[in-house]
Amino acid sequence: MTTEPIAPPSSPQDAASVLPAPAASGTGGAGTGGAPPLYRRLLARLVEANPAVVTVLSVFTALVFGGILIDVTSSGVVHAWSHAGSHPGRALSLTFTTVADAYGAILSGSVLSPSTLGHAVSTGQGWAQVFNPISETCVAATPLILAGVGVAIGFRTGVFNIGAQGQLIAGSIVALYVGFAVNLPIWIHLPLVILAGAAGGAAAGLIPGILKARTGAHEVIVTIMLNYVFLNLLNYVLGGAPFQLPGQTNEISQKMLPSARMPHLFGSSLRVNLSFVIAIAMAALASWFMNRSTLGFSFKVSGANANAARTAGMSSTKVTILVFAISGLFAGMAGMATLSGTNFFLSSGYGGTIGFNAITVALLGRNRPWGVVWASMLFAMLDVGGASMQIRTGITLDLTAVIQATIIFFIATPMLVREIYRLRSTGAGALQLFTKGWSG
Amino acid sequence: MRLELDGITKRFGPLVANDHVDLTVEPGEIHCLLGENGAGKSTLMNVLFGLLHADSGEIRIDGTPVTFADPGEAVRHGIGMVHQHFMLIPVFTVAENVVLGFEPTRRFGWLDRRRAHAEVRRLSSEFGLEVDPGALVETLPVGVQQRVEILKALQREARLLILDEPTAVLTPQETEALFRIMRSLRDSGRSILFITHKLKEVLSVADRITVMRLGRVVGSTTPDEADEKSLATMMVGRDVELVITKTPASPAEPVLQLEQLSVADERGVTVVEDVNLEIRAGEIVALAGVQGNGQTELAEAIVGLRPVRSGVLRVEGADLTDATPRERIRAGLAQVPEDRQADGLVLSMSIAENLILDQYDAPPFARHGVRDLSAMRAYGARALSEFDIRAASADVPAGTLSGGNQQKVVVARELSRKVKVLVASQPTRGLDVGSIEYVHRRIVDARNAGAAVLIISSELDEVLALGDRVAVMYRGRIVGIVDPAVGRETVGLMMAGAGEVPPPPPAVNATLGPGDGS
Ligand SMILES: Nc1ncnc2c1ncn2[C@@H]1O[C@H](COP(=O)(O)OP(=O)(O)OP(=O)(O)O)[C@@H](O)[C@H]1O
Ligand SMILES: [Mg+2]
Repeated sequence: MTTEPIAPPSSPQDAASVLPAPAASGTGGAGTGGAPPLYRRLLARLVEANPAVVTVLSVFTALVFGGILIDVTSSGVVHAWSHAGSHPGRALSLTFTTVADAYGAILSGSVLSPSTLGHAVSTGQGWAQVFNPISETCVAATPLILAGVGVAIGFRTGVFNIGAQGQLIAGSIVALYVGFAVNLPIWIHLPLVILAGAAGGAAAGLIPGILKARTGAHEVIVTIMLNYVFLNLLNYVLGGAPFQLPGQTNEISQKMLPSARMPHLFGSSLRVNLSFVIAIAMAALASWFMNRSTLGFSFKVSGANANAARTAGMSSTKVTILVFAISGLFAGMAGMATLSGTNFFLSSGYGGTIGFNAITVALLGRNRPWGVVWASMLFAMLDVGGASMQIRTGITLDLTAVIQATIIFFIATPMLVREIYRLRSTGAGALQLFTKGWSG
Repeated sequence: MRLELDGITKRFGPLVANDHVDLTVEPGEIHCLLGENGAGKSTLMNVLFGLLHADSGEIRIDGTPVTFADPGEAVRHGIGMVHQHFMLIPVFTVAENVVLGFEPTRRFGWLDRRRAHAEVRRLSSEFGLEVDPGALVETLPVGVQQRVEILKALQREARLLILDEPTAVLTPQETEALFRIMRSLRDSGRSILFITHKLKEVLSVADRITVMRLGRVVGSTTPDEADEKSLATMMVGRDVELVITKTPASPAEPVLQLEQLSVADERGVTVVEDVNLEIRAGEIVALAGVQGNGQTELAEAIVGLRPVRSGVLRVEGADLTDATPRERIRAGLAQVPEDRQADGLVLSMSIAENLILDQYDAPPFARHGVRDLSAMRAYGARALSEFDIRAASADVPAGTLSGGNQQKVVVARELSRKVKVLVASQPTRGLDVGSIEYVHRRIVDARNAGAAVLIISSELDEVLALGDRVAVMYRGRIVGIVDPAVGRETVGLMMAGAGEVPPPPPAVNATLGPGDGS
């Protein structure tokens, strides 16, 4: 036998051989000493296509793409390049300043504008103007956060809830009713309104949940159809008593009583209100729920491996029904938040496309509640800042929609991002989520 | 192809999975790689196949240094690999999977199905690996999926074939067939790197044997110079008890009772028919049978993953025929599922979470619906050392574990609860000899503590070593229940549907006739 002598285990650690090899014995070969230095490990982490890196790069790539779009549609830039022979420097600088102006306008419209700040500092007045952009961004982000977290919880559990829009409307209708039909002191009225929104959304979520759990109906189709049901339900209830504003023929509802409205956080000149705090608190609660509650754990297990969940005795019926109820609850609260925070009444088309953008921010936030918060803030910034960009630079608001869509395009095609940036692939399971949910 | 690995080192964080590994595979050689669970065999093969990148070291083919950025390059250099865990796309057909990446196309790039099917048929007849090209992979039993993997590797004209534990899921007959293929490939000048934990196989098929431990090569030998005992010692670093010694069973009252049980498969075909079986507290019944004779379905029906078509299932007299998996777990049933990755584990979750998957909502791991993460972690750390699961910590995802260590997680979970009935399908699949010894001992301990144990195994050695009684299944029926002392020969014949059925051992009352349903 040409066996090398097998050294008897030299230390108890070696014998137990739980492997984090002590540097001395594990890496003691010729030439290499110790683990690679920190910067190399960091770099390795970065070039590995871990999902967070792909997400950040997707946003970055989309912004670059948006920049290119701004340039090629700007007559000034195009004109400068057609005369680039004589003024190459000018063409180049215009290329960058045009994009910088546009993105600068978005930032100053959604976060902080240097000119209003300067004005406020020098005159001591107009502080509301300074904080107005960020306040507006928070207001716009509030329903996105709530609905997005709800959708994200569904994704983590392996169900594709496309019905946030309908659940949002359901929650709004119930919250509105409680908001105008009863007269109570604010400290009891407001909590009731919040509960009503949550309950309305949860009830609407139960429908696809029960259908899927009991009959195996595909949740995507059911929830899409239910969106139309709730959309039309809203139009119906707005058409008459008790919801319609008396004396109106338009589809406009009564207003919520003042005791049903969210208090402002920083005075009446800034629209940011308690519902933003509630949204953040609900995201924290969702994060806790997924990580620390037993129900959240069974959600995650069901989403990651339904067979293993079954084997371990988790009931897929219970999980399916409950996850839809909870997902709907968040969507319902999203509808309530804007209603009671800034709108105070319902009209046809209420909710816009929040329910669908919720899917987007859930994906962008990688289905983690805190990720959804950041993604919602980013989307709200683009929405709010886009308007000011249009005013200041004349670039159409649609550009921000293109950027938002492009972000999602790259998120959904991680392979492409990996190729662009030559990232090494790890077994990037989380990245496949987008396609996974559709298999039902 | 002459392959040389020179000083390959691969780290995962603090863990050194391959530590300056040198290995040479000559042309026309079957080279066996042997080593404990977690020794670094799969990691080394993944480095060779371009799936992982070595931190240092060199790969040479016929003397020329090569680097593979991805598996595609490895394939172009004539390397084919059959992975330990299948890399098939479940919703594709066999033919689609085999040609994936090298698809025959018609005009405009449409997949040429007919040619793909023909190609698969040609390959499967050439190598004697029978498959239906049009079958969906997800509907196939694991043994057949394995064949698809091998076809896929062969199709690409590999000059070096890596087989990472291909026989773990094969029947003895399939293994023999695979060995014939391997030998003929070798004789045609191809090289084969073959990983297995079954020492008998190593001795029968290898030309050279290299043994790894803790990421390092600790020796190399040939089948002429080695025997099972010496190989085991070399691998584990200590003497290993290859066949478990156990005291005779002292069965008490019946715990698991199956009466006239029939079970259908996905297509509605009855695959388990009128099975009557009674297992008592404190005995192990081993279910023998060629794979595909209904054992898997029977086990699934017992644990509640598959509906019972007719008949009754009782645990301690209580009718559990229609109980949910959860109710069965509550009633004291535990199971080791056949396919650890599909049914046993959540690969993206931590080892600790996987270890409590069936107790996540019970104290001490949760109170009032709130999980206690520190209790879980402490428990995970304990289980890691108790079951010798090789991992950096209990917090790493189960998916980063070596195959054998994943199996140990499942076994640890099921055996650390106090169980009344244990149903274990292929409990030692993919385990090294040392771990097999340990798991067998734990199963016998569970028996001695009063559990009724049903072992389903395609390893005849395991069946005969563990079983106090051996029930043989053939075409969905239990064709006989015998004492393991009757020997391999007799049981083997019964498994093939032939042979005299010896009378049941006198000490136990196996009811073979129709039960009275009491
Ligand atoms: N992606 C990874 N991240 C972290 N650790 C890993 C990863 N892949 C493997 N390891 C670790 O490297 C070690 C070697 O694993 P490997 O799969 O090569 O073992 P193996 O010899 O094939 O064992 P088995 O016989 O059980 O299949 C194990 O301790 C494993 O946990
Ligand atoms: Mg392995």
